Amino acid sequence: MTPAVSFQKVSRHFGSVRAVDAVDLEIAPSEFFAMLGPSGSGKTTCLRLIAGFEQPTAGHIEIFGESADGVPPYRRNVNTVFQDYALFPHLNVLDNVAYGLMVKGAGKAERLAAAEEALKLVQLPGYGGRRPGQLSGGQRQRVALARALVNRPKVLLLDEPLGALDLKLRENMQEELKTLQKALGITFVFVTHDQGEALSMADRVAVFNEGRIVQVGTPNDIYQHPRSRFVADFVGSSNVVPPDFVQRYCGQRRWGSLRPEAIRIARETSGDGVTARVVSTAYHGSSTRVAVEADGLRLNVTVPAGAPLPGEGETVVLTFNRDQLHLMEDGA
Amino acid sequence: MSTASIGAPAILPSSGGVRGALSDLFWRRPGLLLVLMLLPPVLWLGIIYLGSLFALLLQSFFSIDEFSGLINREFTLKTYGELLNPSNLDIIVRTVVMAALVTIGAALVAFPIAYYAARYAQGKWKALFYLGIMLPLWSSYLVKVYAWKLILAKEGILGWLFAKLHLTFILDAWLSLPIVGGNSLSVSATGTFIVFVYVWLPFMVLPLQAALERVPGNLIEASADLGATPRQTFRSVLFPLALPGLVAGSIFTFSLTLGDYIIPQIIGTSRLFIGQAVYAQQGTAGNIPLAAAFTVVPIVVMGFYLWGAKRLGAFDAL
Repeated sequence: MTPAVSFQKVSRHFGSVRAVDAVDLEIAPSEFFAMLGPSGSGKTTCLRLIAGFEQPTAGHIEIFGESADGVPPYRRNVNTVFQDYALFPHLNVLDNVAYGLMVKGAGKAERLAAAEEALKLVQLPGYGGRRPGQLSGGQRQRVALARALVNRPKVLLLDEPLGALDLKLRENMQEELKTLQKALGITFVFVTHDQGEALSMADRVAVFNEGRIVQVGTPNDIYQHPRSRFVADFVGSSNVVPPDFVQRYCGQRRWGSLRPEAIRIARETSGDGVTARVVSTAYHGSSTRVAVEADGLRLNVTVPAGAPLPGEGETVVLTFNRDQLHLMEDGA
Repeated sequence: MSTASIGAPAILPSSGGVRGALSDLFWRRPGLLLVLMLLPPVLWLGIIYLGSLFALLLQSFFSIDEFSGLINREFTLKTYGELLNPSNLDIIVRTVVMAALVTIGAALVAFPIAYYAARYAQGKWKALFYLGIMLPLWSSYLVKVYAWKLILAKEGILGWLFAKLHLTFILDAWLSLPIVGGNSLSVSATGTFIVFVYVWLPFMVLPLQAALERVPGNLIEASADLGATPRQTFRSVLFPLALPGLVAGSIFTFSLTLGDYIIPQIIGTSRLFIGQAVYAQQGTAGNIPLAAAFTVVPIVVMGFYLWGAKRLGAFDAL
């Protein structure tokens, strides 16, 4: 099957800065694909390369099998939901949504009907007469989404679209986006620096660091089997443990990762566990995060609600199953 | 908990004296400070500036006794009627048409400059842009206008350039046209137009640049993303959002051209503009009422201009 988007050794350099460096990537049609990474890792530049705002310094991009080399944004059937929405301030909501159809020459009645339909899709029916300035952040977000979707793009790009929303709204939008994507069957490419968002929404996640993709896989794959220290660190809050520690339990001298929920904490000082001292505790409702120190190593342990909690400064014993200790291919 | 903060009082004493008391008073009554600050400029603007303007306007409702040359202080519209004499109407139409053309010319020249400065120029290039725009404003207006007289003269550098390029026939053909032509550029309406555009250009560039600077770059990208060609983006996004700046600039170029009397006197034909008419009427002719009536014309024209601009939605994006 032809991939929706394919990158072949794509680089985008700005002077001496390698924003994107020899990236290979294939995004399947109708996939919800997340690009995850810290700021400056090249994920947004990749998105801009797909949209056509940037041209690659080297390499080749194809969209549904067609070469995108030198193709301007207005000739790509790809639409973007911008980070700060980029709604036209001089047009009302309906004209904003109808803009894409207007520039393609659709008749007034036809495009306004389609725009009203799109506003219904994002649950903002009847808001067409307002100016973008009169809407809340969440509403603007929906208008931006409707403005992109009304064009029936082959690929929808979303650049940190939920970044400016508060937590509750963000969780609602995450669900809605996912439902919408399933219903419309459009390929979504979603850029975020929020690992929770990427893991909960995407079919597949690409983790970016310093202009390169360090791992691509399903959320479960990325979370359970991080390839490198960077991925383990960035995705979730795994404990990254050094080769010395791993050698003691598995015999191999490799970096490992140990998820906080895989560690059990016990008060008794007997048994073959790791002796540790409790540094601090942080209450999270459904669980409590306990930071402990063992052999100069700082570890996080998740204790579910209801289980006995050690006090700060107490000495405890940590145990875990050896097969929970994941060995990483890459020490970087 | 530092020990130092324990002994310190929670409320600090007033700094004392008249100044301390004044500070506290102004903090409690911010309106008072505002009144004190605004009073001098409002008095200046209200009494000296607007007051004299109204005194002038009042004069336009008086008339002049044609035999004695004395001002007849009875309210009448006779002076306004004189404005409609063919020779006076001619002056008004000439001035308004020139002001409109100068505005359009300045907008066309200014837009690319302002666009470059707003979207591309950075650091020292931006400084160079401001310097380039402001520098001509620092030198005397008269010097610049006389310099242009030399540039546009028959033996001037422009004529020389046309001759060198073997294009003199184009210049001659243009100068042989009625209305815009003349013996040389420096005594033609075309010359007046060129110098007007040159002199008022900064007043068009700066507001336009400020307006374009406020257009976020991602709106241009969003427009392209939604399928708009650069032309469509210009027409549907950039131009409407730059319109307030364009209107602000055109208010300057239009009103400055309407009122100017030096440029058409030095460069151009002997036909009068409003400014020259005012100058002549209040000076040699001693006809203050007619001069005042002429002064009202640009005010009325500008009033209609702003009304029209508002109706066209020029200020919607403000």
